[in-house]
Parts: sequence; structure tokens; C-alpha cells
Amino acid sequence: MDDLLAARSQMAMSLAFHIVFAAIGIAMPLLMIIAEWKWLRSKDEIYLTLAQRWAKGTAILFAVGAVSGTVLSFELGLLWPRFMGYAGSIIGMPFSLEGFAFFTEAIFLGIYLYGWKRVPPRAHLFAGAMVAISGALSGIFVVIANAWMNAPTGFRLVNGQPVDIDPIAAMLNPAALPQTIHMTLAAYAATGFVVAGIHAFMLRRDPNNRFHKAALAIALLVGGVSAILQPLSGDFLAKTVAVTQPVKLAAFEGHFETEQGASFRIGGLPDEDARVTRYSIEIPYALSILAYGDPNAVVKGLNDFPADQHPPVAIVHIAFQIMVACGVAMMLMALWGAWRFLRGHRNRNWLNSKWFLRALIAAAPLGFIGIETGWIVTEVGRQPWIIYGVMRTSEAVTPMPGLIVPFITFTLLYIFLALVTVWLLLRQVAASPSEPEPPAKEARLAA
Amino acid sequence: MPLETIIAGVMVASLVLYALLGGADYGGGVWDLFAFGRRAREQRELIAHAIGPVWEANHVWLILVLVILFTAFPPAFAVIATALHIPITLLLIGIVLRGTAFTFRTYDVQRDEVQRRWSLVFSIASIITPILLGIILGAIASGNIRVDNGVVTSGFVRPWLAPFPLAVGFFALALFAFIAAVYLTVEAEQGNLQEDFRLRALLSGVAVGFLALIVFVLAGTGAPTVRAGISRTPWALALHILTAIFAIGAFYTLWTRRYRAARVFAAGQATLILLGWAFAQFPYLVEPDISITSAAAPQITLRLLFGALIAGAVLLFPSYYYLFRIFKTE
Repeated sequence: MDDLLAARSQMAMSLAFHIVFAAIGIAMPLLMIIAEWKWLRSKDEIYLTLAQRWAKGTAILFAVGAVSGTVLSFELGLLWPRFMGYAGSIIGMPFSLEGFAFFTEAIFLGIYLYGWKRVPPRAHLFAGAMVAISGALSGIFVVIANAWMNAPTGFRLVNGQPVDIDPIAAMLNPAALPQTIHMTLAAYAATGFVVAGIHAFMLRRDPNNRFHKAALAIALLVGGVSAILQPLSGDFLAKTVAVTQPVKLAAFEGHFETEQGASFRIGGLPDEDARVTRYSIEIPYALSILAYGDPNAVVKGLNDFPADQHPPVAIVHIAFQIMVACGVAMMLMALWGAWRFLRGHRNRNWLNSKWFLRALIAAAPLGFIGIETGWIVTEVGRQPWIIYGVMRTSEAVTPMPGLIVPFITFTLLYIFLALVTVWLLLRQVAASPSEPEPPAKEARLAA
Repeated sequence: MPLETIIAGVMVASLVLYALLGGADYGGGVWDLFAFGRRAREQRELIAHAIGPVWEANHVWLILVLVILFTAFPPAFAVIATALHIPITLLLIGIVLRGTAFTFRTYDVQRDEVQRRWSLVFSIASIITPILLGIILGAIASGNIRVDNGVVTSGFVRPWLAPFPLAVGFFALALFAFIAAVYLTVEAEQGNLQEDFRLRALLSGVAVGFLALIVFVLAGTGAPTVRAGISRTPWALALHILTAIFAIGAFYTLWTRRYRAARVFAAGQATLILLGWAFAQFPYLVEPDISITSAAAPQITLRLLFGALIAGAVLLFPSYYYLFRIFKTE
């Protein structure tokens, strides 16, 4: 493994690890404050227990997210010093704003987790809302910086150096809005589905448990609404990519030949040497419609771009297919849930279906599979560039030799952390209440 | 004063706050390892209670230092991250293990033996991380990181694996342990526990003085420019006297058991030490090839960053005050 590949692998592994905790850190506070709000309104203790249970799990996940996020912010310089030296003054701004959002998040999380008995209920709920808002903002600011790497704006290149820098224009790059919407929705959808799946699993074992029913309803509300909106945001993002990074769009689709009225491929295996994508189901005109909203639009193929500017097509295409499949499955699942809820509202038993619960359990990991493959699509799809069209990844890497050592070290460290985290969470799920516990005891434990 | 200098000042202020707040959290981990005697359990509980609600917020000061560095002075960040790749990587491993072990321990209290294992990871990481932080700052101040036309020419090991940065590392550890012990005297509610941490504060205070002397001596060859800065200029003398007054004040108030006053003196002492270093290194970000002016981002970036820092501070300080008022007043 050469140093460039080791650096890319370390960055990919760190991002793949962190994004799970980041997404949960964005979405769980929303679930918690919904539960807490329902408790304040209904005085039903079951919702207080739920908020506190979720908070305990979130505390572990947030800590892992905070430290793995720290690692990433340093890794920008450790692995890509030339990129940061070049781009820091252009895109440092969203990172600085993220710093303050993260600060707010950490402060109010401390109050939320440890303050059950120290602040009045409304102040506690307010702290939770601050965590939810600042968590979402943290994610948005970081994704804005990533969007700039895909669609760099806010400077002019003169002799290879950026001049006339405008950090605001850089933040308002064309990819920023679609990417931030897509990732924020993904965080809510993925987390909602995982939580719903866990509580569906518990309900299968204990079908009349009110605690798990309440939990499942909140998680599915947040996850389901996001899953139904997500295909729209995906379409918005794909149309942006078609304009800003046509070569990436071609890689999504394994689309080699420039075509008018291009077909959308489902499945298939791109052969980069023969420059064809085989074994796919083709839907005529659909790609032209999806990319440009016009069945006769011309979609540029990979063959129109120099070979040294192609991303690894097979990886991008397959990851894109998996992401889309996960998103569609989640949307259908959410629609099924919505239909059951609306129809079953009269008899209040919309969760009493073996097959619905089984399907929810099966759908639990789809959101995170979608997030991981989605980031593969956007990051691998941008290669060979670190800043699209401006700086190649190979130009940005550190001159430090032996990068395989930190790559292996962090991989082992993260595998260990992942195992411990899963083990701790499983123990917490296993210890979930069969009926509401007295909240006073919980609160003392949390304090 | 040019804007880049003001922003460098904000960066130093964030670093000072990281040392005073985040540093004390590491110091707490040190005393977790050295908890002994009949009250070892109570000592550990007090430390966990003191750190729990605030360590994640305190940790963000380091992130702030980092984002200011790479937004306002991108070439300096690139050079530091390249030349100090190894100690920064080790620092990150320490940060990861400290934070996760502490959280795992807090939320997994069923069995004592498992908890002890997390305690050990937490406390050892709390010792190693400040040493690495000191090594990194020492290497930056040493003048041994050399840059030619944006390329680091001094290698990846020599600038930091040297007596002076290592001494700064142990000095940072002692300083963090000292301020943690002083803070814990205030947070301990019962007299015996206060006595425990008073003793630790006095001992680590002596260690701070001793290591400061070693750092100063080693700076003669290990960081000559900074040494010249802290020994010859007139403001340096004033700063030394002031630091000495605070150090003596900290000892005197600890001795006479006036812990709230001791906390002020100890924090003041730590602040003055860091300011002394910052002034001695001024105007360089990385001695001697990268200065504040040469590394500064374009004015528009600096102006926007400065605006963000002001707006952020307006939001941040009331929230921070609220957090500490909830958990640090009884």
C-alpha cells in the first residue's frame, strides 16, 4: 500500500466511523426532546423514562462522536497539509462556525445529561432543544465545507494560486444547499429507523409493552417523515451534480457513451477497460429526466472526459445503486407505516402486526448503509480530485512516510471502540424496562 | 494592532482557557490514577463528579485553537501538522482513549472490575495526552522546525524528540495536575477530602516549580530564541515577578486553607506562564520561519473570522457561565 492510498484509506475509515456517531448525535436529541415534551404535556411517566433511557445511550455515542470528530479535524492537516494550506483561508469559515455550534452542543449536552435534577423541567427541555439545533448546525457547517470541495467557488486561480478569496461565496457554493439537506435528512432517517428497529425487536418479544410502543412511534415519526422527503432531496442533489460535476454523475450511472435521451440503469457492473456497463436494467429516458428534467437532454458520458479524470467507476456506481435502493426501501417502509397509522388510528393497534414489526427490524440498518454508501459516492466520485478541478488528491497528501502505520493503528482503535460501544448499548437495551421505572432512581443515576 | 495579531491573541486566549479548563480535566485523570489511601474511592468519585458535565465542553477550546489556526494561518497549520505528524497522532489516540474510557466508565457501572479497567485507560490517557501536548508546543517554540519555501526540511522526529520539548511535556503534565488538585480542594465538600487534594496540590505545585526550572535551563540550547525572550526583555522581568507573586500566593493560600483564593492564584499562575511563552515567541507562529504576518490569510478571511469569533463569544460565554453555575456552585 503506497502512502497516498494509506492516507486515503485512513481518511475514509475515519469518516466512515465518525459519520455514524455524527448522524446519531444530530438526530437523537430530537427524539429525546419529543419524548420529554410529551412527558411535560401528558405527565405520563413512560415518556420521561424513555427520554432518560435514550439520553443514556446518546451520552456514550456523543462522546465517541466528539473524539472521533476531533481526530478528523486534525487529520485534515495530518494527511492533507497542502490542501489545508491552500484552502484553509477559503473554507476555514464553516469550520470555525462549526466550532461554535459544537461548543453550544457540548455545553447544553452536559446540562441535559447531568441536569435532570438541577434545572427546572422547562430549562431542561430547552437545553435538549439547544443540543438538537446546534447538533444539526454542526453537521450542516461541515457538509458545507465538503460541498465546497465538490463545487469550489469564492476565489480565482492565478498561476495555480487562489486570489480574490471570498469565504462567503465559498460557503454559498452550488452544492452546499442540496448536500446539507440530503445529509441532515439522512441523519434523521437513518437514526429514526435504527431506533424504530430496536424497539420493534423488543416489541416482538413483549408485544404489549407501552414503553416500546411509545418509543417506536416517535422514532418512526422522525425517521419516516425524513425517509419520505429524502428522495426529493436526492433528486435536487443529483440535478446539482449533473451541472457541477458531470463526470461524477456519469460515474453514478456507469454511463460511458454520451447520449441524448439517456437511460437510467438499475444494477449492472461497469467494466472500466471495455468502457461498458453490463447486466443492468435500463429505463429509457429516465436519466435525462432525472438529471435535467427533460427526456431528450444530452447526458455526457465518461468517454467525453480524459481518463486521468475518471473516478473509480465501478465503486461509485455500485455504491450509488445501494444508496438509492436503501432510500427507496425506507421510503416505502415509511409509507407503509403512515398508511397503517392513519388506518389503525381508530382502533389504536397500528403496531400490532407481526409482519410490520419484522419489516421494521429488517429495515433498521438501511439508513446507515445508505449514509456510508452515499459518502462513498460523493468522496470516491470526486476522485482524483480533492478540490474538484483545482487540486488533485495526490498533490495534497503529506510527505510523511509510513502512513500505513497510523492507518492500521486508527483502524484497530476504532474497531475496538465500535465493539465496546455496541456491547454497552446492547446491555442497555437488554435492561430496558418492562414497565415504567420510578424516574427518581434514573435521575439519580444520571446525575 | 493588525488584525492577524489580534486573532493570534484570541488563539492564545483559547489555548489558555483550554489549559485552565480542559487541562484540569486531564489533571483529574492524573489524580484518578494516584488515588490511594482510605478515601481512594471518594477521591475518584469527586473527580468523576467534577469532570462529568463539563469535559466535553472544555475539550472544544482545543478545537477552537485548531480552527483559528487553519483558517487564519493555513500555512502554519500545514507545517505543524506535517512536522509534528507523529506526536499529534499520539495526542489524538490519547484524546480518544481518555474521552471514551471516561464515558464508558460513567455509563457502565455494573461491575467493579470492568470499571477499574476503564479507570486505568482513562487515567493513563490523561497522563500521556498532556505530555504530548507539551511536547508539541515545546517543539513549535524550539526553533528546530525548519521550513524552506513551504516545505518542512527538518524531518519528522528530530524537532520534537529532544530534551526541551520533552521537558515542556512533563511541565504541562505537572501544571495540569496542579490546577486540577487546587480546583478539587474547592469542589470537595468534606474536610478530609479537601486535605487529600491540598496535599496533592502542594506536592504538584513543587513539581511545577522544579520542572519550570528544568525547562528554563534546557531552553538555553533547546529553544534559544524563546529563552532570550523570557530572560532579557523588560516586560519579561515584570511578567516573571507577577508569575512568582501568583505562585507564592497559590502556595500561601493552600497552606492556610483558603481554597477559593488558591484557585484564583493557581489559574492566574498558569495563565501567566502561557502568556510568557506566547510573548516570548511573538511574532512567530513556528520559530523561526513562520511568522504571524507571513502565514496570515487574506484580510477578508481574517475580518470574517474575527466577526465569527465575536458573535460566537456572545453566544458562548453566557452558555458556558450557565453550565458552570449549574454544576460548579453548591
